[in-house]
Amino acid sequence: MSDKPQQRKLALVASKGTLDWAYPPFILASTAAAMGWEVGIFFTFYGLVLLKKDLNMKIDPASNPAMPMKMPFGPDGFKNIDWPMPNLLTSNVPGFQSVATSLMKKTFKSKGVATIGELREMCLDAGVHMVSCQMTQEVFGFKDEDFIDGIEHGGAATFLEFASDADVSLFV
Amino acid sequence: MNEVANDVAYDVELDCQGMLCPLPILKTKKVIDTMEIGKILKMLSTDAGSMNDMNAWTNQTGNELIYSTQNDGLYTYFVRKT
Repeated sequence: MSDKPQQRKLALVASKGTLDWAYPPFILASTAAAMGWEVGIFFTFYGLVLLKKDLNMKIDPASNPAMPMKMPFGPDGFKNIDWPMPNLLTSNVPGFQSVATSLMKKTFKSKGVATIGELREMCLDAGVHMVSCQMTQEVFGFKDEDFIDGIEHGGAATFLEFASDADVSLFV
Repeated sequence: MNEVANDVAYDVELDCQGMLCPLPILKTKKVIDTMEIGKILKMLSTDAGSMNDMNAWTNQTGNELIYSTQNDGLYTYFVRKT
């Protein structure tokens, strides 16, 4: 496998810190690493929380009005109902975000989707470079000890140099 | 179709039924890494995207997809480690 002449390279920016948007960078990174690619993820702004030791992402149905609202339990007919959730409810009912988050986690699990923690672990095992944006880390007041071990620190120039010869670059 | 699939000799079997992207690919890679060159892996999946994904993964890694089949939502792959 390693006798391939040129190793491909994936450069990702992870800028979102909600549970749903945590998936795309870790799915792409772990899969590219499994294909033998070199992978780097630059975590910036809200994406920084994906580096925290204690992962506690939530989803925000209010800002994603197209999000299907389905129940992860019960008979198929019940599970397939897409519950209408007006913004009045999703933005104003206390605890709605937590309930929606827990329902989405249950659905992911029952459908056979890996957790973010599992995917991140696989990325680390596969040697994916994880870079914290130093500027946003300081603006938001995150400390190094809040984050997992094995990450690097840098800024825009660090990402751009890594991405300059990448085969695929994506901003998530 | 299943009979044909059962006829292919394999060394290692991996059951990824009930898993969705990217788990079948990640598990396949993990198991292939533990195998000797030339050995054959049989992988089972119920993920409808796995047909394209396994083609892409073998293309990218150089491992050889010897045979794949689909029967009633069950996808079976035979991959030779290169």
